[in-house]
Amino acid sequence: MTAPVIELRQAGLTYPGPPPVQALAPCDLRVERGEFVAVVGPSGAGKSTFLNIVGLLDAPTCGSYLLDGVDTGALKDADRTTLRGRRIGFVFQSFHLLPHRSAVENVTLALIHNGTPRKDRAARARHALEQVGLGHRIDALPTALSGGERQRVAIARALVGEPSLLLCDEPTGNLDSATAHSVLELLEAVHAKGMTVLVITHDPTVAARGRRTLTIQDGALTEAGRRSR
Amino acid sequence: MTRRLRPRLPVRRPARRRAAATDRMPRNRLSVRDLLAEALAGVLQRPGRSVLTSLGTVLGVGAFVAVLGLTATASSQIDDRFNALTATEVTVEDVSHEQGSDAAVGFPADADRRVERLNGVRHAGAYWPVDLDPGQQVHSAPVGAARGGSRIQVVAAGSGVLRAARPTLAEGRVYDTWHDRTGQRVAVIGAGVATRLGITTLETQPAVFIGDEAFTVVGIVEDVERRADLLLSVVVPRSTAEEVWGAPRGTAKMLVATDLGAAAQVAAEAPLALDPAHPEWFRAVPPPDPRALRTEVGGDLDQLFLLLAAICLFIGTVGIANTTLVAVLERTGEIGLRRALGARGRHITAQFLTESGALGALGGLVGTSLGILTVVGVALARDWTPVIHPEVAASAPVIGLATGLAAGLYPAWRASRIQPVEALRR
Repeated sequence: MTAPVIELRQAGLTYPGPPPVQALAPCDLRVERGEFVAVVGPSGAGKSTFLNIVGLLDAPTCGSYLLDGVDTGALKDADRTTLRGRRIGFVFQSFHLLPHRSAVENVTLALIHNGTPRKDRAARARHALEQVGLGHRIDALPTALSGGERQRVAIARALVGEPSLLLCDEPTGNLDSATAHSVLELLEAVHAKGMTVLVITHDPTVAARGRRTLTIQDGALTEAGRRSR
Repeated sequence: MTRRLRPRLPVRRPARRRAAATDRMPRNRLSVRDLLAEALAGVLQRPGRSVLTSLGTVLGVGAFVAVLGLTATASSQIDDRFNALTATEVTVEDVSHEQGSDAAVGFPADADRRVERLNGVRHAGAYWPVDLDPGQQVHSAPVGAARGGSRIQVVAAGSGVLRAARPTLAEGRVYDTWHDRTGQRVAVIGAGVATRLGITTLETQPAVFIGDEAFTVVGIVEDVERRADLLLSVVVPRSTAEEVWGAPRGTAKMLVATDLGAAAQVAAEAPLALDPAHPEWFRAVPPPDPRALRTEVGGDLDQLFLLLAAICLFIGTVGIANTTLVAVLERTGEIGLRRALGARGRHITAQFLTESGALGALGGLVGTSLGILTVVGVALARDWTPVIHPEVAASAPVIGLATGLAAGLYPAWRASRIQPVEALRR
């Protein structure tokens, strides 16, 4: 049996004081390969902290976090960075596309940093853009794209490295509802192909897409109404 | 020797343990080619700003090249003039009066011919300023208003002196050996003297009066390349002067024009040729060593201008540092994104260092070109030969690169310290 994609063992994060602030209470969580998980909660509840820990952008101050069975606590920063670049695809609320690079160049950026051979990059980036339905706009600059198209480019960039986990932070936060709908459809389709998707949102309609819903309230992670141990 | 290995072992172990974690997955690397491509894209995405940023380096490196090129060019020009005239000029002084009271008087009558027979001598002639009595003055008419002439120098000179001085004649001719030998009453005057004496043309065969002696003016000299004082003088043949005013009193000199490279040899031989019995009565002064002259000219001005160039470069460095720092703050989101995509802190450092280095190198290249153009332009305008040492042209872009790298150190370090968490929150 393969290791779960995400495994939190009593992982929590406390910002050192004074006074110490507990941003995420120690919690346990297992997310298996191919799941679609929504994490909901009001702003300030600890969603960002949870995202940072799961996305290897921040390390838990207690407990441990295993990504694909690799204990990330023992890793040096360079190895964490490498793991992050290869196993996690990020989708941000504000897209974070480089404004002076074309869509395909933005997607290629992910391949430059994760060590993909140069000759493969262009083809893979084009393929990723085709997968998100932007095969006809590969040379467009982000400024020439609509909000939905930009987020699709960002999703293509997240997927092009073939990560284990697609980590989406308010993916529809900057989009109108119709566009948001199509982006969510895209995430569904990606999930249907076997990708593990974790969406962090405060929007209940987005959360409703998840097969599993986690709630964060005041730094405490709970699932389906019951507190995790 | 083998015992030394033992203390090392405990140090190595943690390194191995760390390696175990990375064995499964080699760390992300950024190839040099990718690094250059990313940095170039960063520079080119804001072309206007990049140009302005590298302006300081352009000016600094340009000034550096121009200063070194211009000084090299100018000093080589000084050398040229030196070669053409000074290096082919020997002066022989009559020092017989220093040797004792019984010494004979000055240059022998055939001194010019004796020296001109030497190999490598083109023209030679003895000359001296004539001591006129206070009552005797140079004027253009024997009586009347023009009589109140001014004090104009009269120079007695062998015909070789006039040829050695390389005159440009406004009118007429210089006197020759025949005039000199036969004591003709002729004079060659400078254009300035002619104006003062009211002589405008030689067609009327004007004369100048020195004391009460009349001399026919045979030539008006507009310019000379040697002995500029001749332009302010009335020059009369040597034998004529001796006839009228007597021999010189220890103030005679001889001007010798030589072939290029013969000056030192001529200077050694001339005293012997003049008087084999008493060569010590003559002191020949050869031209100074051109190499010594060159270094003297090179020194001071160079350093001042190089200091200015260094200041320009420093300003350029500060400019690049400032702009790169602003760019780092502006691109915080991009840095965070790259970190999220797997770029390590050192990759970010390398990227920004490369960008500032590229800006510096670009500025250096443009500056070098501008500097060389300046040198060539000035040389063209002055009709000089442009001289730029290859080391200068080659090192200038490297200086630009070093400037850019130095300027990028602090911003790049700041960039690598940006935490992706904070960068992505924007």
